[in-house]
Amino acid sequence: MADLRTETITVNMGPQHPSTHGVLRLVLELDGETVRSASPTIGYLHTGIEKTAEQKKWQQVIPLVERMDYLSAQSNSMAFCLSVEKLLALEVPERVQNIRLLIAELQRINSHLVWLGTHGMEVGAVSVMLYCFRERELLLNINEMLAGFRMFPSYMRVGGLREDLPRGFHAAVLAFLDRFVEKLDEYEDLLTKNEIYIERTRGVGRISAERALACGLVGPIGRAAGVNYDVRKAFPYLGYETYEFDVPTRTDGDVYSRYLVRVAEMRESTKICRQALKRIAPTGDYAVRDPRITPPPKDRVYTEMESLIQHFLIYSQGFTVPAGEAYVPVEGPRGEQGFYIVADGTNRPWRVKSRAPSLLACQALEQMIVGGLIADVIAVIGSIDVVMGDVDR
Amino acid sequence: MDATTLIASLEEAVPSAACEPAPSADLHTTVFVPSEHLAAIAEALRDRADLRFALLADVTAVDFHPREPRFELVYHLVSIEHRHRARVKVRLQGDAAHVPTLVGVWPAANWLEREVWDMFGIAFDGHPDPRRLLMPEDWDGFPLRKDYPVQIRKTPTASEPLQLTEAEFRANVERDRLTRR
Repeated sequence: MADLRTETITVNMGPQHPSTHGVLRLVLELDGETVRSASPTIGYLHTGIEKTAEQKKWQQVIPLVERMDYLSAQSNSMAFCLSVEKLLALEVPERVQNIRLLIAELQRINSHLVWLGTHGMEVGAVSVMLYCFRERELLLNINEMLAGFRMFPSYMRVGGLREDLPRGFHAAVLAFLDRFVEKLDEYEDLLTKNEIYIERTRGVGRISAERALACGLVGPIGRAAGVNYDVRKAFPYLGYETYEFDVPTRTDGDVYSRYLVRVAEMRESTKICRQALKRIAPTGDYAVRDPRITPPPKDRVYTEMESLIQHFLIYSQGFTVPAGEAYVPVEGPRGEQGFYIVADGTNRPWRVKSRAPSLLACQALEQMIVGGLIADVIAVIGSIDVVMGDVDR
Repeated sequence: MDATTLIASLEEAVPSAACEPAPSADLHTTVFVPSEHLAAIAEALRDRADLRFALLADVTAVDFHPREPRFELVYHLVSIEHRHRARVKVRLQGDAAHVPTLVGVWPAANWLEREVWDMFGIAFDGHPDPRRLLMPEDWDGFPLRKDYPVQIRKTPTASEPLQLTEAEFRANVERDRLTRR
């Protein structure tokens, strides 16, 4: 018995692990069930999108950026378009701004639904996943209606939208919103007062407001800790200052308050969607009337020489963007996101850099799980809502 | 806040630093700062009552090869308290570019600086963990530099099989079995 001793064991988690939301690898040092240290390894999904973007024409970058954070595709492309439009000094029509805002809010609900479903499943509430994916399906149907593509519609374009809203769009969104509020209550019935869920999440993966801010954690994680910062309120874009909505915040900074913040955000998003829907006329301008940027309608391409030339120029050379740099922040589902773009006056970007909220969340993960139990690691990874496509780009 | 106010404030905090304004198309006040005073300037940016840039939103670099100074290091800062945004840039000469790390001022800079090292080869002096972030550890070259090819074929070698003989493996298992009793 004299040589009894304790030693820590090192456990490798991931990169192929169902609860790491993709390919995150964690090397955990465990003392019994307590996590002593954790070191995340990332880069397994690095695809070099930023390098590829430098070779593409401005409009061609949009499908690329949509695939970075694959759960908030339209939010990414909107952020990119806003930055490019800032350099071009374009004023997009108000109707386009409202449609973009509506789509971005639907995207936020979409992303939060995937988050809620997977997070619920990981802490043992499998039915939540089935419920959330049921409503997400409706949102994907709306995307399909808009652009014929469910995950990455590429419907946003520099200068506006690809085409006008399809017939029946208003009715589809309204039907979703009417249904969704009740369904949100249903999710909350399953989790908010569920003793098992609360035990599993309250006080777990804590981070203080100060620490969250220092680590660059804004968005839902920051707001759950008490960092009252929302780009939509602090630096309004797309006319968010004219909409009525609240920014839900909490102070505990644990997994449970992140859940509450995101569910409350979905409620606020439905309010914003309703307001936006009232302002959007079923038909009207869907892009700036700038012959350098917006291609002419197809019937004119077939009948007018000038339109054919314009069409040809836009699709072969693209447009040039004056030299300069711009970064327009937007509030994505995971926090402040945006694209820092540098233009050199040609038809291709010189540099495109995405501000990736998931990267910073992943960086702070270590601080949230060290000292906790190994079983809580899963709950915490779920709660910070990282998308590895956004972390590695 | 305009660039002159920001520069006046920074030069009051760090008298020897020569900052210069830069044009800006968006809502960021943009200034160039000298790299040798970066750490002191960063502290002033975060702590001064009229600035309070508590949030470091992003760190990145731009390569202007073949122009010299070749790199521009770009920090995006947010002051939630005053609702300001600023873009602080540092010009860096090409060969063996290096700047002091800002991890001590904003912990968020840790991975962001590692990414800049990984992609551009700009070294951060005093960084607590100066490894590559996204590329394999033994990767050659810095992918986002303009003189780096867009398409290359290369197999990363960072994942080697565990180097252990069968005898060593058996001894390990045996030792494990004995200590667990």
